[in-house]
Amino acid sequence: MTQATTAQGAVSGARADGTSYVEGPVRLFVLASVFWGIVGFLVGDFIAWQLAFPALNFDLPWTTFGRLRPLHTSAVIFAFGGNVLLATSLYVVQRTCRARLYGGDVMGHILFWGYQIFIVLAAVGYLFGVTQSREYAEPEWYVDLFLTVVWVLYLAAFVGTILKRREPHIYVANWFYLAFIITIALLHLGNNMAVPVALLGGDTWWKSYSLFSGVQDAMTQWWYGHNAVGFFLTAGFLAIMYYFVPKQANRPIYSYRLSIVHFWALIFLYIWAGPHHLHYTALPDWAQTLGMVFSVMLWMPSWGGMINGLMTLSGAWDKLRTDPVLRFLVVSVGFYGMSTFEGPMMSVKAVNSLSHYTDWTVGHVHSGALGWVAFISFGALYFMVPALWKRRSLYSLRLVSLHFWIATLGIVLYITSMWVSGIMQGLMWRAYDELGFLQYSFIESVEAMHPYYIIRATGGVLFVAGALIMAYNLYRTIKGDVAEGAQDSVPAGAAVGVRQ
Amino acid sequence: MADHPERDEITGRYTTGHEWDGIKELNTPLPKWWVWVFYATIAWSVVYSVAYPSWPAMAGYFGGLTGWNARSALTEDLAEARDARSEWLTQIAAKDVPAILEDNTLRSYAMRGGEVLFKENCAPCHQTGGAGAFGYPTLADDEWIWGGAPEDILATIRYGIRDQDNPDTRINYMPAFGDDWFTDEQIEAVAGYVYALSHGEAPAEGPGQALFMQQCVSCHGPDGGGNAMLGGPPLNNRIFLYGGDKEDIAAQVRNPTHGVMPPWENRLSDEEIKQLAVYVHSLGGGQ
Repeated sequence: MTQATTAQGAVSGARADGTSYVEGPVRLFVLASVFWGIVGFLVGDFIAWQLAFPALNFDLPWTTFGRLRPLHTSAVIFAFGGNVLLATSLYVVQRTCRARLYGGDVMGHILFWGYQIFIVLAAVGYLFGVTQSREYAEPEWYVDLFLTVVWVLYLAAFVGTILKRREPHIYVANWFYLAFIITIALLHLGNNMAVPVALLGGDTWWKSYSLFSGVQDAMTQWWYGHNAVGFFLTAGFLAIMYYFVPKQANRPIYSYRLSIVHFWALIFLYIWAGPHHLHYTALPDWAQTLGMVFSVMLWMPSWGGMINGLMTLSGAWDKLRTDPVLRFLVVSVGFYGMSTFEGPMMSVKAVNSLSHYTDWTVGHVHSGALGWVAFISFGALYFMVPALWKRRSLYSLRLVSLHFWIATLGIVLYITSMWVSGIMQGLMWRAYDELGFLQYSFIESVEAMHPYYIIRATGGVLFVAGALIMAYNLYRTIKGDVAEGAQDSVPAGAAVGVRQ
Repeated sequence: MADHPERDEITGRYTTGHEWDGIKELNTPLPKWWVWVFYATIAWSVVYSVAYPSWPAMAGYFGGLTGWNARSALTEDLAEARDARSEWLTQIAAKDVPAILEDNTLRSYAMRGGEVLFKENCAPCHQTGGAGAFGYPTLADDEWIWGGAPEDILATIRYGIRDQDNPDTRINYMPAFGDDWFTDEQIEAVAGYVYALSHGEAPAEGPGQALFMQQCVSCHGPDGGGNAMLGGPPLNNRIFLYGGDKEDIAAQVRNPTHGVMPPWENRLSDEEIKQLAVYVHSLGGGQ
């Protein structure tokens, strides 16, 4: 069954009061999110197999783990996550301000193409070994400068839209988006202060040196690295939560006061927590202590978002049975709560002395990245596609449900195997025998991890499979198809994408 | 939207009266448990930062009431570990390797210490347990290129093999017989002879045997039994460093590969090298 634009669908694009929203670039951002998501997940799973079977490095510089790993992290964080943030923020800010995007379609297209060029420039650099070697900030100076221009335009578009809003108040999602955009700008500039070696008498423009050195450089990097998690992957995605959970559940936000308090507490505390990445290093003790206590204090402010997300479902819990899109959104909030408890716990020095440098960290990151960031993104994409393409519903809710279960299983395999492997690693490294000798050599701990690496990579295969199912479902939705009998189990009006 | 709080029927709470794109907000107070846990983490943080090094000042920082700091904690830990080992290490320093082997208690200690050192330093080439690999001698058998007596093993570890800089390193170079020395037929013949020798089927005479007697016996011995003094490996068994097929042997005669082992005297302490020698001696065929 193919549907043309319906009367109901048209409402989301052009309001009865005459506001028409910029949607073309938002659609492009949605498509780019799905594309880069699949690329990023595939590369991630491939490098997971490389860890289990090193022969997959193929002895070629371009395909070694060292070059593909930043390709994976950047593809999932900045290409997938970034496109989701741009898509949702432009979608949300217009609707919650009842105002057309500042700069209009032209601005939207500049942002879209500018951001994609940034991604491609960065990725090509990684494969050819052009890198600053700063985790999550690998792009060299020329890519950084280019992104700075795009980002300033993004800030202008976002703030401009808020300034011309036709609502008396600024919605909480927009606070979070704004915190994300501003802080990322600050982090990006602070951590990428570098000088091309050609200006220092060197012979290349492709390489730069950091302005900082030694422990200051490490501290700057982890101030950046931790807050990339805090403001890109937490604040930005909390903004997504604050719009799409109440929309999909059709319930009011649980507590306005909680949203205010946890917002300010979160953004004030997060920025100081970076030193917990450098426990038991050359970083001075006082900085380690402060990094740790600020991380512990961050526990409740983080959970404020979880409480507001979950409790918004009061009176609508039954919808979880029938609405797999809401299930994605709610389970993502659950994973968010779990990761934001685990994080402060791992920042405690006694725990960190066991967990640091092990797979536990990798598992922790992925319970946040797969369970929280990716799941809330999937929920938002399933919500936006019918709305943006004026379809009455998704192609198939059954496929959404399949995606949900297959991806959840993948995450469970991933996290549990990394918990076991990480704790085992940590214990093996610190095991002494009765004569005071180390019980195990490093290579023995590597051998012991092998089975868990296979389990983890298998979990990754499931996660990728789920994303492919989503891509197919969204493609058919955009085409205007509705699977036969797919919506039978959903009560009238609860079907995804039906705008009331 | 004007601010008109409405009562939510399900929760009984009032909304704030705001609305954005159909989204409203309830005016629910902060959950009590949330507030109290938040306060508790703040209180704990204050206590912790009073106890440990924390707040920075213009010059220096507050050192914490417990007086703990990572540097002195590490120094103490290291001193403790050193004390625990010192009794053993003094004894090892005082004895040579054969004497350590005689002393059951000391040997057990050195075996364990040597095993740890071996896994960290030697296993990448010689493999776990000294199993060896192509180009890296097996240490778990009784064939020794440079000798398997405790002092031989000690010297090999200490000074290495064919190291560029160490004056005491063990060094030898087998000539490249392919360089205007042997013809292809001669290489073929001598390789055939060595191959037969390694299978215990060496012919009593023939061109291969004659060449072997002329050119090879000075290092490898008349019966192919090797010469550990010169580092000439035995050829009368099937243990070959670079492969035991006829083609492998011919390649080694034509243009031999010469492995290098680093000297460890500047990387490991003398006590550690002795422990390693005890361990390696025990692996299979210490003489």
